[in-house]
Amino acid sequence: MRNEMTLEFTSISENESLARVSVAAFVSQLNPTMEELTDIKTVVSEAVTNAIIHGYEEQKDEKVLLTCAIDDGEIEIIIQDRGQGIENIDIAKEPLYTSKPEWERSGMGFTIMENFMDRVDITSEPGVGTTIRMTKQLTSTRALCN
Amino acid sequence: MSLQVKFAVRENVLVVRLEGELDHHEATNLRESWQKELNNNGVEHVIVNLQKLSFMDSSGLGVMLGRYKEVQAKGNEMVLCSISPEVRRLFDMSGMFKIMKLVDDEASALEMLGVASCEMK
Repeated sequence: MRNEMTLEFTSISENESLARVSVAAFVSQLNPTMEELTDIKTVVSEAVTNAIIHGYEEQKDEKVLLTCAIDDGEIEIIIQDRGQGIENIDIAKEPLYTSKPEWERSGMGFTIMENFMDRVDITSEPGVGTTIRMTKQLTSTRALCN
Repeated sequence: MSLQVKFAVRENVLVVRLEGELDHHEATNLRESWQKELNNNGVEHVIVNLQKLSFMDSSGLGVMLGRYKEVQAKGNEMVLCSISPEVRRLFDMSGMFKIMKLVDDEASALEMLGVASCEMK
């Protein structure tokens, strides 16, 4: 059975913690390990931060849409913005690349998402927005599925 | 949970103790207060105590790297200590310990930087 939750919130940095704590609370029903929970909180934080600072360039009156689903022990997280989009996804994904070096960004956001999740899909169109879809199978549920 | 930051100075060493969660929202304030402390007279080296930091993302890495570069540019050292397993995962993954030193606790960090070990306030 698919179990899903959706959260829409204003594009302000205060909501970054709301997003990761909400997802952590939702996936807790699968009894993730502390490590898995930290990974999930981190990738949500990365994707939401990207939406706020890159997608919306810190305009505070936009909306970020977060969907989290659990299906057969797999976690799916989708984070969407209707912001400016990414011109070149391959360049954006490169470790240490940042479009905002003057803001002291580390350029590690996508690298972290790809390392901490099983799969990361980025869909983006300049002027339309960006959708990040990430999935992860938890170790606690992996054994049951085999 | 927000971020609490405590600064202390021991001889020529600035000790930065972080508690709570460090993300993009907290990063700007941390950078500003940290830079202010670095400009104080007599401060050369930096110890970052991560014992009570329960969460950090790449925005935090950006702040750490930024201060590391500033300290390094003046020929001084920045040492991290007391990292939790949760936060360590991010540092390991991003290769941060290839450039920054990590020790077990504040006393070891002080010793490494040449400050006589005795009680810290």
